[in-house]
Amino acid sequence: MTTLTKPVGSASERSRKTNGHQGRQSKRSLTSRMGDLKIALFFIFPAVIGFVAFFLIPTIRGVYLSFTEYSILGEPTWIGIKNYTAIFADELFWNAMGVTLQYVALNIGFQTVIALGLALLMHRVAKSTFIRGALLLPFLVANVIVALLWFWMLDYQLGIVNEIISWMGLPRVAFFGSEQWAIPTIAFVNVWRHMGYTALLIFAGLQSIPNHLYEVANLDGASPTRTFWSVTMPLLRPVLVLVLVVTVIGSFQVFDTVAVTTNGGPVNASRVIQMYIYQKAFGESDFGYASALAVILFVILALVAFLQMKFLKGNESDLD
Amino acid sequence: MKKILGVAAAAAAITLSLSACGGSAPASSEAKGEINYWLWDANQLPAYQQCADDFTKANPDIKVKITQRGWDDYWTTLTNGFVAGTAPDVFTDHLSKYPEYAAKKQLLPLDEAVEKDGIKLDAYTKGLPELWVGQDGKRYGLPKDWDTVGLFYNKAMTDAAGITAEQMANLDWNPKDGGSYEKTIGHLTVDKNGKRGDEAGFDKNNVATYGLGLTGSGSGQGQTEWSFLTATTGWTATDKNPWGSKFNYDDPRFQETIDWWAGLVDKGYMPKLETTVGASMADSFGAGKAAINTTGDWLIGQYKTYKGIETAFAPTPKGPNGQRASMFNGLADSIWAGTKNPAASIKWVEYLGSTACQDVVASKAVVFPAITSSSDIAAKAFADKGTDVSAFTTHVKDGTTFLFPIADKAAKVDGIMKPAMDAVLSGKKPASSLTEANDQVNNLFK
Repeated sequence: MTTLTKPVGSASERSRKTNGHQGRQSKRSLTSRMGDLKIALFFIFPAVIGFVAFFLIPTIRGVYLSFTEYSILGEPTWIGIKNYTAIFADELFWNAMGVTLQYVALNIGFQTVIALGLALLMHRVAKSTFIRGALLLPFLVANVIVALLWFWMLDYQLGIVNEIISWMGLPRVAFFGSEQWAIPTIAFVNVWRHMGYTALLIFAGLQSIPNHLYEVANLDGASPTRTFWSVTMPLLRPVLVLVLVVTVIGSFQVFDTVAVTTNGGPVNASRVIQMYIYQKAFGESDFGYASALAVILFVILALVAFLQMKFLKGNESDLD
Repeated sequence: MKKILGVAAAAAAITLSLSACGGSAPASSEAKGEINYWLWDANQLPAYQQCADDFTKANPDIKVKITQRGWDDYWTTLTNGFVAGTAPDVFTDHLSKYPEYAAKKQLLPLDEAVEKDGIKLDAYTKGLPELWVGQDGKRYGLPKDWDTVGLFYNKAMTDAAGITAEQMANLDWNPKDGGSYEKTIGHLTVDKNGKRGDEAGFDKNNVATYGLGLTGSGSGQGQTEWSFLTATTGWTATDKNPWGSKFNYDDPRFQETIDWWAGLVDKGYMPKLETTVGASMADSFGAGKAAINTTGDWLIGQYKTYKGIETAFAPTPKGPNGQRASMFNGLADSIWAGTKNPAASIKWVEYLGSTACQDVVASKAVVFPAITSSSDIAAKAFADKGTDVSAFTTHVKDGTTFLFPIADKAAKVDGIMKPAMDAVLSGKKPASSLTEANDQVNNLFK
């Protein structure tokens, strides 16, 4: 929401500056500010309705429900922090956190590195719109379709990937079926889908780096590696931080790929936190417990985003 | 966020739906209007569409709109529908689900209607109507069909192995050495070099055709996977059925059976659990990757459609008690307590449970209807299609069925037992680890 109000405010500042007359300004600015506020509120209003109805109230209600026992059919009963104490003793919760972290590490690690590579290629080598567009294609396919596609291609018995593996004389791999492979496979599927999009965001960041810096680096005799680490990376940092914050939050919330393929199995190997929440709420009608899990996830994500912004200084640019 | 939103919307609607289902029927007592009816099995849709058409012909004031949804979405959509007030008036109900709905007052008791309209409950196959009487003594469904499990086998493979249909129909089993059941499975297993599972030099790591297919670990019921074996040892899942509150997964008879079953994987006679994620057991059977599948009679039609595969059926093996066993499961039609049209809904449910509709279903030869006379018609319809279904009817004839374990908190029990059974079958833990799972399950009822 703040991003919406900010341009309005700065626009009014700018109009004030062009006015120039210091004496009349304070009087005028009050009325004009009031006028702006009205207009601003008018424009914000629809978004505020959406925010209140679809985010604020449900979040508050979710927090309330996390202190209750609620099976959806019937009234919630207040049970205090019992859900939370139960969660901390719940092995499956800790398992879910571990599995989710493993997924996030694999997903974000590979995705960011590959996307950065792709962005550099887009920036330097592949200048045709067609190739740049093609990189984005996997992202245009719906999540569930992507998951199903890979689910069939990686199938143990009938999948084309295993046919090729077995044709090369190697043992077949139970990509979604084995405990070791399930999470890496799911992470890979999502890397495949999102890398083009992430690359596009980073590519936009690359384009904002002034060209003369590269020229100077070149004149100083910097090697391409040195240029990358000393010019590109520092100047790309704000964009990378934004990309990381967004992708890490998205990555923590992985659900659809798991729901379509392994459903949390084998045993508990891919029961990520969102899957566990879903299972508790919609499978076992334990909405209170599920809400408590969701609140914990909410707090974790808020912390992660805060730490990322704080330590990677995502709101400052080295260009200034 | 979407989920939380759903909950909020649901919360708003709950007051509506609750007030609707408290007290007596709020809506018109006249039997007319449109009724929504849900079912999950696409194979049965044509038969029930026919029933609906016939029903509307006889009752021009009532229209029936049938919606079919796959099993996985069916129950969550239904639960959400209860809360949001959009649930169907009448729906196909399952034994593992209805106790919870009944406890939450989402189902309309049918006792009054059954009495008033003189429904003859003894026309149904013995044992079925009682399944739908809840813990509170009220009736929540009229039975529509029943099912048992059996051995589905690839005829060409047994012929090649020199095993006759006669032998297949007379297998025996015990948890120690697996009896002739295991011998047959071993003999039907063939490795890449053509060596059979019971021959010297059999390569268990390169199996071309498994003797026995695998669909999953069976969670806490093992309806088609292992329940027909455990039942012959005298084991039961709960202390009493229906409405047991103590589970017996710690019983040595159960754990021995599971150990034996999981052992088939080590011997190379059954695929590893990890390989079953993806293509269904039936499709693998259709691709010639397994010789025998144990599954339920509702899949007869599907197994008959695989090109170039002749599927034959044999009853489950005889166990240590000298008898066969099969879980007896049945579906019923239930009415949602929040229906706007209870009178018409009752009429439709009664029609679904009548000989008229069940004969129509029988004639399509997809399932066995609950009414005994209709069930005979179904057996004949199967026979006309060239399918011998005696492997499934024999259990009813000989009284070797046992009931699906009906208990409260089924979803939570499943949440504990599925991973626990998966761990055993994948060889990660021994069957004795199920004792711990059993403690967790029993704690749910404390």
